[in-house]
Amino acid sequence: MGSALFSILIFPGFLFVSVFGLIAEFIDRKLYARMQNRVGPPWFQTFADFVKLLGKEDIVPSAANRRMFTWAPLFALASVVTVYLYIPLWKAESLFAFNGDIIMVLYLLTVPTLAFFIGGWYSTSLFSRIGSVRAVTQLFAYEVPLFMSILAAALLADTWSLADIVIFYSAHPVYTLFNLAGFAIAVVALLGKLEKVPFDIPEAETEIVAGAFTEYSGRRLAILRLTIDIEMVVGSSLLVAVFFPFGFVLGPVLGFTVFMIETVAVIALLSLLRTVVARLRIDQMIDFCWKILVPLALFQLLLNLILKGVLAR
Amino acid sequence: MRPGKMIMEVLKSVFKKPATNLYPAEKLEMPQGFRGKLVFYPEKCIGCKLCMKDCPSGAITINKVGDKKFEAVIDLSKCIYCAQCVDSCPKKALEATRDVELAQLDKNKLTVTFGDNTKDDAKKVDA
Amino acid sequence: MHNSDKFKIPMGPQHPALKEPESFVVSLHGEKITNVDIWLGYNHRGIEKACEERTYVQDMYLIERVCGICSHSHSTCFVQAVEEVAGLEVPKRALYIRTLIGELERIHSHLLWLGVAGHEIGFDTLLMYTWRDREVVMDLFSLLTGNRVNYGINTIGGVRRDITKEQVEEVLKGMDILEERTKYYIEVATQETTVIKRLSKVGVLNYEDSLKFDAVGPTARASGVKRDVRHDDPYAAYGEMDFNVITDTHSDVYGRTVVRVLELMESYKIVRQCLKNMPDGPITVKAPRRIPAGEAISRYEAPRGEDVHYVKSNGTERPDRVKVRAPTLANIQAVKHMLKDRYLADMPIVVAAIDPCFSCTDRSVAVERPGENKEIMTWEALSDYGVEWHRARGLDFGDLNNKLKKRLEGK
Repeated sequence: MGSALFSILIFPGFLFVSVFGLIAEFIDRKLYARMQNRVGPPWFQTFADFVKLLGKEDIVPSAANRRMFTWAPLFALASVVTVYLYIPLWKAESLFAFNGDIIMVLYLLTVPTLAFFIGGWYSTSLFSRIGSVRAVTQLFAYEVPLFMSILAAALLADTWSLADIVIFYSAHPVYTLFNLAGFAIAVVALLGKLEKVPFDIPEAETEIVAGAFTEYSGRRLAILRLTIDIEMVVGSSLLVAVFFPFGFVLGPVLGFTVFMIETVAVIALLSLLRTVVARLRIDQMIDFCWKILVPLALFQLLLNLILKGVLAR
Repeated sequence: MRPGKMIMEVLKSVFKKPATNLYPAEKLEMPQGFRGKLVFYPEKCIGCKLCMKDCPSGAITINKVGDKKFEAVIDLSKCIYCAQCVDSCPKKALEATRDVELAQLDKNKLTVTFGDNTKDDAKKVDA
Repeated sequence: MHNSDKFKIPMGPQHPALKEPESFVVSLHGEKITNVDIWLGYNHRGIEKACEERTYVQDMYLIERVCGICSHSHSTCFVQAVEEVAGLEVPKRALYIRTLIGELERIHSHLLWLGVAGHEIGFDTLLMYTWRDREVVMDLFSLLTGNRVNYGINTIGGVRRDITKEQVEEVLKGMDILEERTKYYIEVATQETTVIKRLSKVGVLNYEDSLKFDAVGPTARASGVKRDVRHDDPYAAYGEMDFNVITDTHSDVYGRTVVRVLELMESYKIVRQCLKNMPDGPITVKAPRRIPAGEAISRYEAPRGEDVHYVKSNGTERPDRVKVRAPTLANIQAVKHMLKDRYLADMPIVVAAIDPCFSCTDRSVAVERPGENKEIMTWEALSDYGVEWHRARGLDFGDLNNKLKKRLEGK
C-alpha cells in the first residue's frame, strides 16, 4: 500500500511528472527561441511562472457555473497523471500494467480535451465558447489518425497490452522500420492533441484571445497550464514506448536514461515542427486530416496486416 | 509547395549567437549625432529666447539671473529630443549629447537647471 | 447559440489581433461572418486643432508624431504644402535626402508588415526574423538622422542634416544585406504551404470594387489598379528616379504580400540610385517665419498608400487650418466588403493586410447626406453647447473649476 502511494504521488506519479512537465516546457520554449535567433528563457522560468500563477487572484466570472469551472481543470490533471502510471519507464511492464491497457491510455488521453471543452463552455464568455467548440471539432479530426497509427503498431505485435508491445519490439527492432509512417502520422496528430501550431486553432491568440482558457486566472490557470505540459510529456512518452522502446534490455537504470533521452528527442521534434509552419484554419485542418492523414494511416494498417500474415508463416 | 520551407534556416540558427542585445549587461553606444539629453552653455547665451519660441512642447525656459547672465531650466519629461532649439540658437549655446539613459524614480530629478556652476555629467559630444 | 444571427463578438477595441484600438463588432453564424460593424475614433487626439495653436516650426514636429511608422511621410507632406504656399524653391540635394529617408522608411514599414502578417496567421518565426532584419534599417536611421523613429530631418525649406561619405558606405552595406534577406523572404512567402493556404482567396477585392471603394496603396495595387503617387504626380526627387510600379492580379491577401515584398526590391534600387546621383549643393533655403496667405494640397506615397495634406495659411506664424487624410481611412471602407461570407479565422489577417494605422486615421470627418441640413458652429458656440449639454445631465464644470482653483491656491 505504501509503495503504491509512493508511486502515485512521488515517482513516477504526480511530483515526478509535474517536474518533468515543467522541464519539458522549458526545453520546448528554449529550443523555440533559439531557432528564432533569440535568447529564450532561463532554466527556472517555468517553475517561476507556475509559482507566480499560484499566488495570483483567482476570478470566476459571475455568469459562469462555478462548480464545472473549477472541476474541469482538476479532471484534466487527474487523467493525464494517471496515464503516466501506465507507461513503461524502466522495464517493459509499468507499475499497474494489465492486458488492454493501451486502449485505456488512449481513452484517458481524450479526457483533457473534453475537460477543456467543458471548462470553456461553462465560462459563458463568447471567446471561451468559440474556443471550446473549436477544440471538440478538432478532436474529430486528429483522433482517428492518432488511434489508427498506434493501433497499427499494436496490431503487428499481436497484442493489446503495452508491456507486450515493448517486449515484441525490443526483441525484433527491425519491425520498427515498418512503423515509421505510423510514427510520422502520430507526431502530426499529437500536434493536434497538444494544440500546437499548425493546429493551435482552439487557442488562437490573434483570433479568440485565449480560446477555452480566456476566463481562467490564478490557481485554476496554473493547473490548466501544468496539465498541458504534462500532456506533452505523456504524449511523447507514449510514442516512444510504442514505436522505439529499445532501452529496456539494458537493465532498469540505463533503460530509464535511454527512455528519458528519447522522450526529450520527441519533444524537440515537436518544437521544430511548431517553429516552421503557420496556423491552419479549422476547415483546412479537417480537410488535411481526413484527406491525407487518414488514408496514410489506413495504408499503414494494411501494411501491418499483410506483414502479420507473412510473419506468421 | 513545400511545408516547412524555413527548416534549414531555423536549424542553423540554433548554433549561431542570438541576435538579441543583452542590455543592460552589455551597454550600447549610440552613434555620432544621436539626439539625446540637451546641454546648455550659459556663457554663450544672449537671452534671445528663440529656443523657447520654437520648442514644440515648451520644455526649455530661459531665466535671467544677473547682468547678461542666463540660466536654462529643461524639463526632461516634456522634451521630445527633436533638437530644434539647437538649430534655432544663433550662438550655438545648446548641444544635444548622446546620453539616453534618463529614467529616474524621483520626478524632481527630471527638471535640470544649467546655470553658471552646474556640474552636469551628461556625456558630451566628441569635439 | 450557433443558429441565431445575434451572436456578436467584439474584436476590439482591446484585442490581441489589433495593434491599435478600433472596434469591429463581428456577427457570426457558426464560424462564418455575416456582418461587420466598424467603429472608428478611439485614437482621436485633436492633432488638427492643436496645429492651429502652434507655429509652423512646432507643427512640423507635431505632424510627424501622427504616426510612428510613417512619420517621415506625414512630415514631408506637410512641409511640401507649406513650401508651396510660401513659394520656396527647395535645393536639389535636400530633395534627394528626403527621397532617401522616404525609401528607407518604406523598407522598414514593409518589413514590419511582413512580421505582423506572420504573427496574425500564427507564424511567429517570420515575425522574429523580419524584425531582426528591420534593426539594420533602424540603425541606419539613428546614424543618419539622430533617432530611430520620428526622424525630424525635415525643416521648412529643406533638410536639417547632411550625409557624409562614411554614412553613404554604411547605407550601401545595409542595402546589400537586406536585399539578400528579402530574396529569402520572397521564397518563403511564395513556397511555404501553410502561408499560401492562409493567404490565398482571403480578403478578395477585385478591380471594379477596388475602384468603387477608392482603395489606395498596395491594397489597390494588388487588384491590378496601377495607382502610385510617386509615378502619377512625382514629388521630391522621384521624377528623376527609374523604378517600376508593382501591380499584381491576385486581388487577395497573397497578392498584397507579393506587392509589398517586390516593392522592397524596388526600394533598394531607388536608394542606390539616390546615393549615386546625389547632387552637391546647399541643403536648405531660408524660410520666413510668417507664411503668406494661401492654401495648398500636397500628396505623398506613404508605405500604406496615398497621404493627403491640406494647409491654409493666413499670413501669420500659425496655420489657419491643417487637414490630414491618411491612407488607412480610404482602405478601411473596403474591409467590410472583403469580410463578407468569410471565416472568423480570416478576420485578423484581412484587417492586417490593408496595413492599418489607426493613429493616422482618426481625424474628424464631416459627412453630409443629401437632404440633410448640417449646422456649422463657431468655436465659442461649440464650447457653450458642451457646457449646456453637461449641465443638463447634472455635471457642472464651473463648480469643479472653482474647487480646483481653491485647491491649488491652498497648497
